[in-house]
Amino acid sequence: MSIAVVQFGGSNCDLDIIHVLKDVLGVDAELVWYKEENLDRFDGIVIPGGFSYGDYLRAGAIAARTPIMNSVKKQADAGKPVIGICNGFQVLTESGLLSGALTTNNYPKFRCEATYLRVETTDTPFTSMFRKGETLSIPIAHMEGNYYADEPTLASLERNDQVVFRYVDKNGNATDEANPNGSRENIAGIVSQRKNVLGMMPHPERASEEVLGSSDGLKVFRSMVEYISNR
Amino acid sequence: MQYQAEVIIELKAGMLDPEGTTVKRALEHLGYEADSVRTAKKYTIVLKADDIHSARENVEEMCQKLIANPIIHNYSVSLREIE
Repeated sequence: MSIAVVQFGGSNCDLDIIHVLKDVLGVDAELVWYKEENLDRFDGIVIPGGFSYGDYLRAGAIAARTPIMNSVKKQADAGKPVIGICNGFQVLTESGLLSGALTTNNYPKFRCEATYLRVETTDTPFTSMFRKGETLSIPIAHMEGNYYADEPTLASLERNDQVVFRYVDKNGNATDEANPNGSRENIAGIVSQRKNVLGMMPHPERASEEVLGSSDGLKVFRSMVEYISNR
Repeated sequence: MQYQAEVIIELKAGMLDPEGTTVKRALEHLGYEADSVRTAKKYTIVLKADDIHSARENVEEMCQKLIANPIIHNYSVSLREIE
């Protein structure tokens, strides 16, 4: 099994993800520069956080139109699991692999802090190891994390069980106060219709070892690895 | 022929514009009154085309494929021939 971690100019969480996959989970993982055009040899893909192309134009917009994203689409179409975290989520919405858009936080500040998330569905390759309704502690670090989609899109996300994580308070309630950025319906992460593409603003790789204060994020990667093993 | 296009990208009506809201608040601190402040981005694109229609077609396509995000933006294009 081998997992690709895509590197754009300005990605900066790439090595953290390599560390979690290789050193914590013992899985083979490889950094792949964005000029690479063939990802057939990989079983899964992670698009890391950072500031690809300096967030020029819109966060994720330029990265979403690089040649490697055609290969990411091809692998996603083949059913391989793809995770986009933070800037990676922005890249996935900009490329059309996930619906909606990520816009400027409702209070336009870069927010870097611990957040609580509620697991809304375990029926995805990334959340099979959680309990439904479980509350996780995973931090955010973003300025454009305000998830926006129009009403019909939100309704179809709910209907198809595509909302994976919501921002909640420590008791697991999705309140306005617990929403760090103004996201519609407190949405922190969604999957594609086929459920093999996940985008999330919080950083599971920053909560994958107890020494970091939380290891709740590790199960995202462990679920993905298990899914790949069973494919 | 060479043309200059001015492309204005705006958030759709009803979408939050936190930058505009912050500027509005700063204006109020200075003693000005504004009912609303909305931000926009302008791109100036110089391009060659056979005529103004194909120049417009070209720029519209650029907007749809890259410059605007149709989920959250409206855009407008104005074009003129340049020397």
